[in-house]
Amino acid sequence: MKSLEDLKKIREAAQNKMTMRMDDDQKYRIVVGMATCGIAAGARPVLNTIVEEVAKAKLPVTVLQTGCIGMCTLEPIVEVFDKEDNKTTYVLVDAKKAKEIVAHHLMRDEILEEYTVGKYKK
Amino acid sequence: MDELALNILDIAYNSIRAQASQIDIRIIDSIQKNIVDIEITDNGQGMTKEEVDKVIDPFFTTRTTRKVGLGIPLFKQSAELTGGYLSIHSQKNQGTKVKTRFIKNHIDTPIMGNIIETIMTLIQADENIDYVFEYETDNIHFIMNTQDIKSILEEVKITEPEVIVWLKDYMKEGLSQ
Repeated sequence: MKSLEDLKKIREAAQNKMTMRMDDDQKYRIVVGMATCGIAAGARPVLNTIVEEVAKAKLPVTVLQTGCIGMCTLEPIVEVFDKEDNKTTYVLVDAKKAKEIVAHHLMRDEILEEYTVGKYKK
Repeated sequence: MDELALNILDIAYNSIRAQASQIDIRIIDSIQKNIVDIEITDNGQGMTKEEVDKVIDPFFTTRTTRKVGLGIPLFKQSAELTGGYLSIHSQKNQGTKVKTRFIKNHIDTPIMGNIIETIMTLIQADENIDYVFEYETDNIHFIMNTQDIKSILEEVKITEPEVIVWLKDYMKEGLSQ
């Protein structure tokens, strides 16, 4: 049974983490489009996969949601911002691609060109 | 959207956009009563009667990125197809309640789908919004209030990925008693 004690442990671990680093130490921001178009295209499992993978690897990454990004036919859309605010836009993302984005882009700083918007807009 | 849980997510986002700080999601899913009732109540900016009428009309939307918003009208049609209904009670500056009923054994009633993912997603959207999530079937009655969770977390954000994953497992256990 999940107990509230477990939650306290998570709190303590997070508190320790916070004393070690400030919020602006976050290496990436990853943003998922969650408007009606995104939800209908499958954005919910994409978001939750990213949250779970980030939690599992304890990455210094902020996961955020946004509304319609304006390219409904290319949803689900995931945007990755680095510390200098450089943006990479991944389109037609599913749970499998989301895992790859975490493993490559967020963990090893490798952009997955074949999933980016540039590939589809040409 | 072929699951009720996705429609719930879509409707609850309307509450977030209406600047709600409290959103209550109450589901009664009962074979005995032969109903699936979904009630989403918020304390957001609310709507006038004219605005409510427009929300139900498929050719009304406030969004600017695309001309047509179909969330509510399609969900209403889907409920009515099973013999149920969708009603909206709203008051300007007070909040909005969207109540939907499906007739459970009707062939066109969609599956509930992954309600846990929906609630996780909503909680993850904004740490400042509180949720009461209540799920009642003939066998279980599960209630989760994010204010209780936050009081344990103290200054740690409820949107921390580790917390969201814990909430997922907590709900999973609560709904499978």
